[in-house]
Amino acid sequence: MEVLSSTTTRAAPVFGVARRRRSEDAIRVGLLLAALVSVLTTTGIVISLAREAIGFFADVGIGEFLFGTDWSPIIKPQSFGVLPLVGGTFLITGIALLVAIPLGLGSAIYLSEYAGPRTRRRVKPVLELLAGVPTIVFGFFAIVFFTPTVLVDLLGMDLNLFNALSAGIVMGFMVMPTIASVSEDAMSAVPASLREGAFGLGASRVQTSLRVVFPAALSGIVASIVLGASRAVGETMIVLIAAGQVAALTADVRDPMYTMTSFIAAIGKGDVATGTTQYKTIFAVGALLFAITLVMNLISIRFVRKYRQVYE
Amino acid sequence: MTQSRPSPSESTFDVGAVALEGTPSPRPVKPDRNAIFELEGVNVAYSGKPAVRDITFDVAANEITALIGPSGCGKSTLLRCLNRMNDLVPGATVEGRIEYHGQDVYGAGIDPVEVRKRIGMVFQKPNPFPKSIYDNVAFGPRVLGMKGDMDELVEEALKRAALWDDVKDRLKDNAFGMSGGQQQRLCIARALATGPDVILMDEPCSALDPISTGKIEDLMMELRESYAIVIVTHNMQQAARVSDMTAFFTVELEEGGGNRTGRVVEFDETERIFTNPGDPRTEAYVTGKVG
Amino acid sequence: MSATIGAPRRSARLRGTAFKVLLLSCIGISAAMLGTLLIKMGVEGVGQISPSFITDYASFVADKAGIRAALLGTLWLMAVCAAFIIPVGVATAVYLEEYADDSRWWNRAIEVNIQNLAAVPSIVYGILGLAFLVRGPFGVGQVVLAGGLTLGLLVLPVVIITGREAIRAVPPSIREGSMALGATQWQTIWRQVLPAAIPGIATGLILALSRAIGETAPLIMVGAATFVAFDPSLNSTFTALPIQIFDWISRPSNSVNDYASLAAGGIVVLMILLLAMNAVAIWLRNRYEQKW
Repeated sequence: MEVLSSTTTRAAPVFGVARRRRSEDAIRVGLLLAALVSVLTTTGIVISLAREAIGFFADVGIGEFLFGTDWSPIIKPQSFGVLPLVGGTFLITGIALLVAIPLGLGSAIYLSEYAGPRTRRRVKPVLELLAGVPTIVFGFFAIVFFTPTVLVDLLGMDLNLFNALSAGIVMGFMVMPTIASVSEDAMSAVPASLREGAFGLGASRVQTSLRVVFPAALSGIVASIVLGASRAVGETMIVLIAAGQVAALTADVRDPMYTMTSFIAAIGKGDVATGTTQYKTIFAVGALLFAITLVMNLISIRFVRKYRQVYE
Repeated sequence: MTQSRPSPSESTFDVGAVALEGTPSPRPVKPDRNAIFELEGVNVAYSGKPAVRDITFDVAANEITALIGPSGCGKSTLLRCLNRMNDLVPGATVEGRIEYHGQDVYGAGIDPVEVRKRIGMVFQKPNPFPKSIYDNVAFGPRVLGMKGDMDELVEEALKRAALWDDVKDRLKDNAFGMSGGQQQRLCIARALATGPDVILMDEPCSALDPISTGKIEDLMMELRESYAIVIVTHNMQQAARVSDMTAFFTVELEEGGGNRTGRVVEFDETERIFTNPGDPRTEAYVTGKVG
Repeated sequence: MSATIGAPRRSARLRGTAFKVLLLSCIGISAAMLGTLLIKMGVEGVGQISPSFITDYASFVADKAGIRAALLGTLWLMAVCAAFIIPVGVATAVYLEEYADDSRWWNRAIEVNIQNLAAVPSIVYGILGLAFLVRGPFGVGQVVLAGGLTLGLLVLPVVIITGREAIRAVPPSIREGSMALGATQWQTIWRQVLPAAIPGIATGLILALSRAIGETAPLIMVGAATFVAFDPSLNSTFTALPIQIFDWISRPSNSVNDYASLAAGGIVVLMILLLAMNAVAIWLRNRYEQKW
């Protein structure tokens, strides 16, 4: 059969002269173009935000924007101080972290240091489910259940239907799975030899978890918190629904307040004409939001790289 | 089937001389040897650091050539140069002459893909594709665009690999369901299906049990009828059992300790390497004085 | 006081148990919250689920309102989203894993960029869609195409990251075996690596669509309408389940019109869709997971 080998030496040139494998090169270029879509996305975000924001800052001084405490872009007299929005964002984020950090870290420590495989199999889906609930559902839950039933009826609090506290607490539950899973990752990455060393010295599991594993995984844990905070800062629907639409610089959590995100959404809901100052506020606030979350994300990536490096 | 070997008096090798360090032993003159691969002065380096130096030997049709030597002396590296699989390692450079049927494998304009079509390779750990037995064997011919009756081609390859009877009723089964020895024979069939004339084997039995090893060694002797085979092996007894020619590699340490470079110390008929080696280093290795 | 060596003192044991209970309660509180949420939504909304709920259009009369346009809109958005993220996402993952040389700075920059995009707030993607797709250079208007592409850009990083993991899981020995037979790099990828990575890629795709299906903020920015009484198409204005739900949430309920229950009903449908998608993902993973 000719197809399989023979034992004679072939006299003619054995290899074809290599044609530039044009199709292979074309494929490589095509794949690179696909990869560049992600680059174009970032470029698009930056350009779209910058262009209108710069136009905005030409009308409204950047100083007035960043440091003004009065936000009234539509109702006259107009004022464009963004601090109430920023204050609202960070107040609600702060409340969310007060809920998410203990719940998240507690769950992470349990999963990493105490739980057997059966428990993990039961707990992990709970966290995944919690992480998968759309934020609009959380927002709805806040105003139909959490505020009226828990805060008002159960705890007897006297507050507005739309308030920062309810939004913040519910948001904490939304953020908690992020903190739990990244922290658990970091703690599981701590080598068993460290734990064994501690147990061998007679340390209890409590002492080992808190004094050996936790500090060893610290950069990953910090990364998880920064990541969770970033998600809270960027979250829209929970605050849009549950925290109301009032721009006021206040620390009273029982009051309603705008955040950067809910303001953008509220404006976006209406049909704003291109080129108006109202339209441009979307981009100015959006640019500030993007800048803040970008810094937080870069910090978090830095910390993740640190903890991965140590043990790899 | 036995093969006649030339008597020692036909060789030009002088038993009493000690080989000079680095000088390859002169090749034995056998009139009917049919060299497919010729290597001369081959150096391989990874990112500038030499891995093997000054390699000279040849590979002939209808022979099994064994590359033996201690770990880390570059036998596998050298083997992978023959079918340009080393190209896949970033920073690998090859100098010297490697000729396949008189053509420089590393010549300008030679496409490595073309090279690999003519030369088959079997790896240390059997690596069948996660497909059916049939599709494993048919993969090579399909990607190379070979024409003809695929069923016949697959059957022929499996027969030559002594696997046909085991699998002829379950060609559609997943290859992963086979034993290690069967998987390795499947990998051999897969390599045969593209019609090569040389088969490179990189420690093909080291992951297998003794019975499977024996079957593969028998298979190698059968395949020798139609192919040239180059085998890298750690198992000296295996080399002594199956091969016709043997190249003994050793490793040299750079002064200042650091880089290890492999070289061929001796290349000769297997029987002579094992009973009457010329170089003391070869003798030390084959008699087990050094590992 | 214990007399035997090795038995922990009562105070230490109590501390250990208290700590364990504390940790478990963290999980317990979260689970309770989840349970309460699901039950509350179920109780409020299940009553709304009926064939007419699914086939009716929205209406100001709550009893007559249904999610037909919203459900169709969501399905259209998912189709456009998937049609975008599958080729672009998989191609990017293949490029980064099989072709990109890590020593080159631009390849590393692409990687970092994708990690950043994964954490950009979803409303910023909405702003991008508003500025570039709805208005601006492409200017297609407040249509399904714009909404679908905006969601696609949002979840693209998920597809890329999970796709890369799936491709990376294919062992190098498979690639070596293929190349040694004389296959080219692309032949190896197309015929060996990708087929082996498909279960992982499909799981990532479902993960991405699960995320996209519940997103509201980007759709608000892109101008999804709230009152749509027709079946949408690629070039028409549209509504979607989250938008319709949001509209009902925003209306105060009174004795005549119970919008809150409608919203809950919409949420139940949304959650059922999500659960179905995740069930498919889990089934895929169990059935096709390759153990090398």
